[in-house]
Amino acid sequence: MNLTAVLSILVFSPLLGIAVLALMPKSAEKAIKVVGFLATLPALLLALAAYLHYQFGKDLADFSVSVPWIQFRGMAGVDEPFFSVNYELALGGFQLLLVVLTAVVATLSALAAAKFVKKEWKGYFMLFLLLEIGMLGVFTAENLILFFIFFEITLIPTFFLIGKWGYFEKEKAAYSFLIYNGLGSAVLLIVIMILFAKTGTTNIDTLVQIMADPSAPLSGDLKLGLFIALLIAFGVKLPIFPLHSWMLKVHVQAPPSVVMIHSGILLKIGAYGLIRFGMGIFPEQFKTLATLIAVLGVINLLYGAFLAFIQTDFKMVLAYSSISHMGIVLIGLAAMNEAGVQGAIFQVISHGLISALLFFLVGILYERTDTSLIENLGGMAKGMPIAAGFLLAAGMASLGLPGMSGFVSEFMAFLGLFKEMPWIAAVGTIGIIMTAAYLLRAVLGITYGKSHREFTGVLDLKGVEFVPVVVLMLLIVLIGVYPSVLSAPLKATLETIMLGIGG
Amino acid sequence: MSLSILQQFNWSAMTPEFIILGVSALLTLLDLFMPKSLDRKILGWIGIAAILAAIVSVLGMVGGPVTSILDNSFRLDSFAMAFKLLLLAGSGLVLFLAVSYKAKDGLEEYHGEFYYLFLSALLGAMIMTSSGDLITLFIGLELLTVSSYILAGIRKYNLESNEAAMKYVINGGISTAITLFGMSYVYGLTGSTNLIEIAGRLSSVSDGQQAYLLTLAFLIVFVGLSFKLAAAPFHMWAPDVYQGAPTPVTAFLSVVSKTAGFVIVLRILLTVFGSAASVGDPSKPILLEMQDYLAFIAGATMIIGNVVALRQSNIKRMFAYSSIAHAGYILVAITSLSSNMFYSIWFYLLAYMLMNLGAFAVIQVVSEKTGSTKIADFAGLYRRSPVLAVVMGILLVSLAGFPGTAGFIGKLNIFIGAFYGTPHYVLASVMIATTVISYFYYFGVMTQMFFRPASDDSKFNLPFGIIVVLIVAVVGSVLFGVMPNIALDFMQNNLDVLADFFS
Repeated sequence: MNLTAVLSILVFSPLLGIAVLALMPKSAEKAIKVVGFLATLPALLLALAAYLHYQFGKDLADFSVSVPWIQFRGMAGVDEPFFSVNYELALGGFQLLLVVLTAVVATLSALAAAKFVKKEWKGYFMLFLLLEIGMLGVFTAENLILFFIFFEITLIPTFFLIGKWGYFEKEKAAYSFLIYNGLGSAVLLIVIMILFAKTGTTNIDTLVQIMADPSAPLSGDLKLGLFIALLIAFGVKLPIFPLHSWMLKVHVQAPPSVVMIHSGILLKIGAYGLIRFGMGIFPEQFKTLATLIAVLGVINLLYGAFLAFIQTDFKMVLAYSSISHMGIVLIGLAAMNEAGVQGAIFQVISHGLISALLFFLVGILYERTDTSLIENLGGMAKGMPIAAGFLLAAGMASLGLPGMSGFVSEFMAFLGLFKEMPWIAAVGTIGIIMTAAYLLRAVLGITYGKSHREFTGVLDLKGVEFVPVVVLMLLIVLIGVYPSVLSAPLKATLETIMLGIGG
Repeated sequence: MSLSILQQFNWSAMTPEFIILGVSALLTLLDLFMPKSLDRKILGWIGIAAILAAIVSVLGMVGGPVTSILDNSFRLDSFAMAFKLLLLAGSGLVLFLAVSYKAKDGLEEYHGEFYYLFLSALLGAMIMTSSGDLITLFIGLELLTVSSYILAGIRKYNLESNEAAMKYVINGGISTAITLFGMSYVYGLTGSTNLIEIAGRLSSVSDGQQAYLLTLAFLIVFVGLSFKLAAAPFHMWAPDVYQGAPTPVTAFLSVVSKTAGFVIVLRILLTVFGSAASVGDPSKPILLEMQDYLAFIAGATMIIGNVVALRQSNIKRMFAYSSIAHAGYILVAITSLSSNMFYSIWFYLLAYMLMNLGAFAVIQVVSEKTGSTKIADFAGLYRRSPVLAVVMGILLVSLAGFPGTAGFIGKLNIFIGAFYGTPHYVLASVMIATTVISYFYYFGVMTQMFFRPASDDSKFNLPFGIIVVLIVAVVGSVLFGVMPNIALDFMQNNLDVLADFFS
């Protein structure tokens, strides 16, 4: 069976929804919400089908597609053909997991948006679907230029989604998002174009091979420079410590359904880029800077955790907690052994699910009570017992309670780093303790804390609100008790990465 | 020259020029003899028909051999045809804007010259593309600029328009004089005005004295032409002239006149200074030795254009600085002198024509409605006319160089050239960094259109001409962004510029 069209359909399926929405009248609120939600389903179904395809032992390479796309012309007879870029999509194990994660979170976010978005649904869902195309494309692109194109496509809708549908300081947040990420992608573009000009290709696999070849036309210094540039580019996205300020604003100001996507998927592009390109294309340089990356990871972990501890706004707690958890990704990667890298990838997926869940719950709380201050939310368990229960469970998952996904990833990441740099890892463990402290403080403060307001008359979870909460919770527990749903597809990816590092 | 010699020339090479010349003469006569009560718009439509006929005749000549007539002073090569197509298409779209233009003040109903002056300016630009001689080059340039002076001041009862024309005449006059002075050095050294002959003589000379003089000539000519391109530091006239001139004229200046400027730069720099030996190293042409100087000008142009644009509150001034910045991007391509230079410049000018003219069409509609050209007048455009706002949004995204649009592919082309061969890291980095700066002002307009409330709810009536321009601009910008090879292949297969540029 020829499956080469599947990925293109998967990535571009939201376009159909955009087209239908464009023809609908602005005022048809219900219908717009339904179409917006339905439009995310084809991608979800195809992503799940691809996962099953893999689970039944078939080869993911069946999905690969590569057709010539752009030929940049040079002087006839001298540089001919000058350079060419193919349209190529493919799925590896790691990408497969991220595509499934993206499709799941996007569908749930569309459900959440039907709840949280109060105006101009048509524009919202059209931009949202465009954003989904960008995200799916980022994880399936097989060459750097295509990756960059999809990466930039995510910027514009996100800018509008924050700037138009966000809270009080939405425009500031939107600009800060655009400029930081614009600079990040500018640096990325420089790296891509230098690689392109020097090697004549942007295909990722080919680049990996060229770079492994000692006779490659790039000097060691240039490679190191490119790697550092890559670290900065994806460091903005992840975000790594001094480059994080934009992300706090976005998490606080953007509407909850967008934060689910942002924290659940968009930040993960940074991690994906570091693993796929940083580690894949520049393994030696990654090794050279491993200590620095480990230190950066620990700084992220501790900085995020300490600041999360003193926040009064629950959204800020979660925002800092995201920074802290992304530190664990860096820690795992810096170990550069199988356990560490696997832990990092697990953390990427796990945090995607957990933060989507937490931000959905925050959205519900804010919608019901008009506040997200921990102090004002105290005593929630009395009025909203079910929501409070899920909040507690999500908090536990986030702090790494065994049996949930967060535990597996943190454990493996630290296991990896203890093997290589025990002292740095030891310092890092303080972060684990802090994580427990700030999450318990915040979550317990909300659920069982001193009550400042009456929760009577405040509705608990109801109807479709259960869908995102239950689905995400189930996935979190599933990964926690049966991690091989993730580790099986990752096996091949890890082997390739390990081969590259030579470990 | 006797009649029989004249008859031997292959005059058909000049068909497009004859069409434009004939029709503009016809329009002049029609304007003279038509009763005053008749609407002069019909002249505009005749002009559009003439341009279409000229495009067809150029397309008919595509692929033919190089023809040169009149002692090599007029040559029809691929370079000429490629840029003629751009100039004709740009002028055609400008005329569509012109027939839809309703001036609030200063332009009388009775204004036939408003239409045929565009044609005579276009004729000048077309002659420039085909000149093989300094004299024809200069005459073409003068025909273009003198027509533009009148056009800039055509609203004769409007103060701003008069100021614009006055500044333009003075600055333009000085720059022409400087260019001519520089050319006189070249003539003095070689005793010929024919470009090919000049190139031939210069390449056989290796006298140090001459090299000094030629370097001086290079600087003087380039300074003069920098005025035309509105490149830093000779860009000061552009904002005032752009602001004061009627919108279609501004569009003409920013697109057609700029394209013609690059045509003359390429012709003179490559043929004359690309073959003259430099002072230090006789094997290295002056052009290569002056690369650093060009790079400096390009960098300064990009920085000044983009940074000063941030502070503008008038949309036409903002677009003036934006067009300065775009000239800077194209200068990067000229500086890097890579083998894809012609293609990248041609493609960038094509993309720039589409997005800039489309944006000016929107500006024209909005400013006619509101009576001013403040950026704040775009507030709430999305509410008043969603189509117009979305169209402007797409064009701004293209101007900012986001993927999926022609602007991105244009920049990509330039980057490849800049990193290929001897890489220009600093220059390319400046280009990418200033591109990010440009997000601020392009998205500033977006903020107004999409986030701000409208001052009134009145709708827009789009005249036919505007609709044509908008459709062409948006379809072109997206089409060449997604499938750039349509344009690139056309160039490569039919117009192999480098093959016959120097022959």
